[in-house]
Amino acid sequence: MDFSLAKEQEFVRKMVREFAVKEVEPIAADIDKEHRFPAENVPKMARYGLLGIPFPKEYEGAGGDNVSYTITVEELSRVCATTGVICSAHTSLCAWPIFNYGTEEQKAKYLPDLCSGRKLGGFGLTEPNAGSDAAGQQTRAVDMGDHWLINGSKIFITNGGVAETFCIMAMTDKSKKTRGISAFIVEKAFDGFSIGKIEDKMGICGSSTAELVFQNMKVPKENILGKPGDGFKVAMSTLDGGRIGIGAQALGIAQGALDVTIDYMKARKQFGKRLADMDALRFMVAELVTKIEAARLLLYKAAYLKDRRQPYGQWAAMGKYYASEVAMETTTKCVQLHGGYGYTRDYPVERMMRDAKITELYEGTTEVQKLVIAGAAFGR
Amino acid sequence: MALKIIVCAKQVPDTNEIKIDPVKKTLIREGVPSILNHDDANALEEALKIKDKYPDTHITVVSMGPPQAKDMLIECLAMGADEAVLASDRALGGSDTWATSNALAAAIAKLGAFDLIFAGRQAIDGDTAQVGPQIAEKLNLPQVTYVTDFEIQADLKSITVKRALEDGYEVIEIKTPCMLTAIKELNTPRYMSVGGIFEACKKDIPVWGAAELGVDPDKEVGLDASPTKVFRSFTPAPKGKGEMLEGETEKDVARKLLVGLKSKHVI
Repeated sequence: MDFSLAKEQEFVRKMVREFAVKEVEPIAADIDKEHRFPAENVPKMARYGLLGIPFPKEYEGAGGDNVSYTITVEELSRVCATTGVICSAHTSLCAWPIFNYGTEEQKAKYLPDLCSGRKLGGFGLTEPNAGSDAAGQQTRAVDMGDHWLINGSKIFITNGGVAETFCIMAMTDKSKKTRGISAFIVEKAFDGFSIGKIEDKMGICGSSTAELVFQNMKVPKENILGKPGDGFKVAMSTLDGGRIGIGAQALGIAQGALDVTIDYMKARKQFGKRLADMDALRFMVAELVTKIEAARLLLYKAAYLKDRRQPYGQWAAMGKYYASEVAMETTTKCVQLHGGYGYTRDYPVERMMRDAKITELYEGTTEVQKLVIAGAAFGR
Repeated sequence: MALKIIVCAKQVPDTNEIKIDPVKKTLIREGVPSILNHDDANALEEALKIKDKYPDTHITVVSMGPPQAKDMLIECLAMGADEAVLASDRALGGSDTWATSNALAAAIAKLGAFDLIFAGRQAIDGDTAQVGPQIAEKLNLPQVTYVTDFEIQADLKSITVKRALEDGYEVIEIKTPCMLTAIKELNTPRYMSVGGIFEACKKDIPVWGAAELGVDPDKEVGLDASPTKVFRSFTPAPKGKGEMLEGETEKDVARKLLVGLKSKHVI
């Protein structure tokens, strides 16, 4: 057994932390306030390989691993959860399913642009009537012989307004229920593709969360990902990996909130002493440190198993479930430790608390994670 | 013809509050995180910018230091250098600038022909700014220090640099091969890239001792061969605590400041 990070992974943490502190943190409060997508940082993330970490160099990826990817999302989210999820949704939900399920032609066509970060990616599963019940897909894809004709819409799509490539799910045979769902690679430039409503959210306000609308969208025959009917499997396995990313986002939010709170507690004096010297408050911090570290171990283990090509879905679900609850608890307590100041936008913990909530909701709510974990515990 | 560039880099402690060993009079490095020296990062960045423009440029980073300085060299490789070499040997320990430049000049000579050497102006731990110029002297090269602007012509031989002075600057033309020392105004160093990190960690970084360098441990390198002897070093007494002035308005504070300065006969 070995709990130490590889040298590469240590360097990735050092590099991403430096990048995050210099490039991301300075704009984090502004993009939140202005609900502005941080477009200026996407080419920078691309330049340094942050948008293609766990993919081979032949597709212009960084040739890294999933533990490094986890660390990257964690470190970005430590200062800005919006930036963390740009990386996570792009990598886990768009590039990965193409890498894992794509034909050689699909990989050669789409991966270099995605892994190099020249184009951003997104993923479309959720619909107004198909959230946790993903099987209730109403988007339909009809085989027209020489192309697919897709009609329907997807909501809450991360990177939706800015991405150029999407992996989306659509029903090709309703009678087969989940086995009638198929996955497709869709380009923003396709005829019939449009962006609908941009969501106005509680947190991750800089993230572009959009509705995708498909009106008689013509999709080339060869853009089906996997075989007809594979879509549910593609979506579920993609989300297994996505949960590592969202768990890492939650972990980063928690760590970031705690880091700024510890600094605050060292400086803030009440009753003639520093908050950092008050045992009741020190105990709160001790509890948070312990929980954050436990969340980290769960998530890194999930990433480690994925790197070793071992089953990791249950670990990803446990890591995401636990880390997101720890993020919510940590940020709530960090606001408490800041007192009234923590409720103002002058301190980042206010934003972090709003950002944390989404991690309990997207890429499977906490309840869905528990279904996955219980399924593993009971053998379904 | 591809350019060959040597970059001299040093691993330094990441702090301005350096502790000094009271007996040996040298820096205590234990427990202090180590980084790539800032000016050296500027030196490497300028070399990398040349490589961005002329991709067949080959960059070798040379350093002298303890074995753990390899981590700093991995960082240089992850930023985009092609190759790195570490001069490391107990016999090199305690070298002053003269002995250090002997070792580095020997390492550079061993690497073979080159067009350009870039070094940082100085290291934040020793602050001497001597090693770069000494290497140039020992390799019989023209040198320009305090480079704040750099341009190489398409012939890859003629270079125009701007040299920062205390009260202005000089514009100097120089031909390769030559030695330049960089200051932080020259550029903004890039980060490592993730792809670079994964490649760098696989690369072999040769470690050369005194024997491989062909330097004499008694006469050229190490503590005993170093002409500089540190007699005494001390930490300056900290300045007294500053007085914080408070007031309702900025004008109030300014008034208090004036009164205070006058009462102390500063103005």
